[in-house]
Amino acid sequence: MSSKSTSEKKRERLQDYCTLGCFLSLLAKYTPPVPRNIAIDTHINLCLYINIEAGMLKEAASFITYDLFKLGHGSRLADAVAFFIYDTAKIFLLLSVIIFVVSVIRSYFSPERTKKILSHKKEFIGNILAALLGIVTPFCSCSAVPLFIGFVEAGVPLGVTFSFLISSPMINEVAVVLLWGLFGWKIAAIYMGTGLLVAIFSGFMIGKLRLEKWVEDYVYQIKTGGGQEVFNRAFRERLQYARWNTADILKRVWLFVIIAIGIGGFIHGYVPQDFLTRYAGNGNPFAVPIAVAIGVPLYSNAAGVIPIVYALMEKGLSMGTVLAFMMAVTALSLPEMIILRKVLKPRMLGVFVGIMTATIIAVGYLFNAIL
Amino acid sequence: MEIKVLGPGCVNCNIMEQLAKTAVKELGIEAEIKKVSEIQEIMRYTMSTPGLVINGKLKHSGKPLPGLEKVKELIRAEV
Repeated sequence: MSSKSTSEKKRERLQDYCTLGCFLSLLAKYTPPVPRNIAIDTHINLCLYINIEAGMLKEAASFITYDLFKLGHGSRLADAVAFFIYDTAKIFLLLSVIIFVVSVIRSYFSPERTKKILSHKKEFIGNILAALLGIVTPFCSCSAVPLFIGFVEAGVPLGVTFSFLISSPMINEVAVVLLWGLFGWKIAAIYMGTGLLVAIFSGFMIGKLRLEKWVEDYVYQIKTGGGQEVFNRAFRERLQYARWNTADILKRVWLFVIIAIGIGGFIHGYVPQDFLTRYAGNGNPFAVPIAVAIGVPLYSNAAGVIPIVYALMEKGLSMGTVLAFMMAVTALSLPEMIILRKVLKPRMLGVFVGIMTATIIAVGYLFNAIL
Repeated sequence: MEIKVLGPGCVNCNIMEQLAKTAVKELGIEAEIKKVSEIQEIMRYTMSTPGLVINGKLKHSGKPLPGLEKVKELIRAEV
């Protein structure tokens, strides 16, 4: 590294500043405005920068739309194209930055560490902690079984283990960023908040029911002695992992994201707002349970479900119904149940699915009522 | 040298196995690569798959996966 020339170093530093600048501007753009009286110098500077940034993005979008593609101002096609280009740039910027930051944070939370934190925790507090740790602990869906056994063996209460297993696939950075970029930060926050509630409450209920006997017996017989300890990583290495991870996730989700934005752009430009509302959704009192019933057996990661969510929203389904559908798809799925069947007796699996479904439906109704 | 790849058989575990094979081939080392998918055996080392065990020592576990260069480095350290 020392062989780098000063100009190269300078260029690198400049790049870093640019990345940081983009991040800050996006952050500030999507956070609620700071009250005027504490808007000190830095804030004003930031705002200026943001305006330039957002303006540039918008300008670029309209340049491509109106000048490059020669689409007439104000036409519906032009509106749709401009919306599409602007949103794509915005969301991919957001995605890259946030996945990178979350990846760095995640590198500090190994499942082993999470297990240690949660072992022998009291139930209610344990459920809350487990749901929160579920967001930041990285784990591959195929580790659900060893993870479950490891947790149970380490003395993590059953309900607490479930809180972890529920929140982990449901709340992740890709889902939150996409909701944020497409529907605004409020919806993203609501999704995260209720996701946590669902995970905490369902896990707590399962704990209260004392279902330990419905876990497959062999789970209790496995004695591993905790396995081997995992190694520390240097900070540089964490950054490398984070970059690799960001590229990996983007590679897997970019198509879904483009489809989602495409759906949004198309319907935004063409279909009048109230066209489908008249026929679908709101008036039907069973919209929520129907959406959840459809969502439960379906499987997709959060990125894959977003295009469908967007389409449903634009078609006039209410927010609560759509969020409930999204939760059902991400948190409950047939492949996951088949995996969990290895450690849970069928009755226990039934209880798990039942409690989750009921909680998600309740959340759907709640949001339909208050939003 | 004995290398074990721990994983019940998902995409990431297969990638890990490929990484180990490629690394061994490129380093030109004699090594036996075993895929371990039995839960009890995996749990002796770690609970986060995919895992990489070299000569009985756990060298990597869980996500994110290491890059090829990192795997080579881990193997070279055990030669």
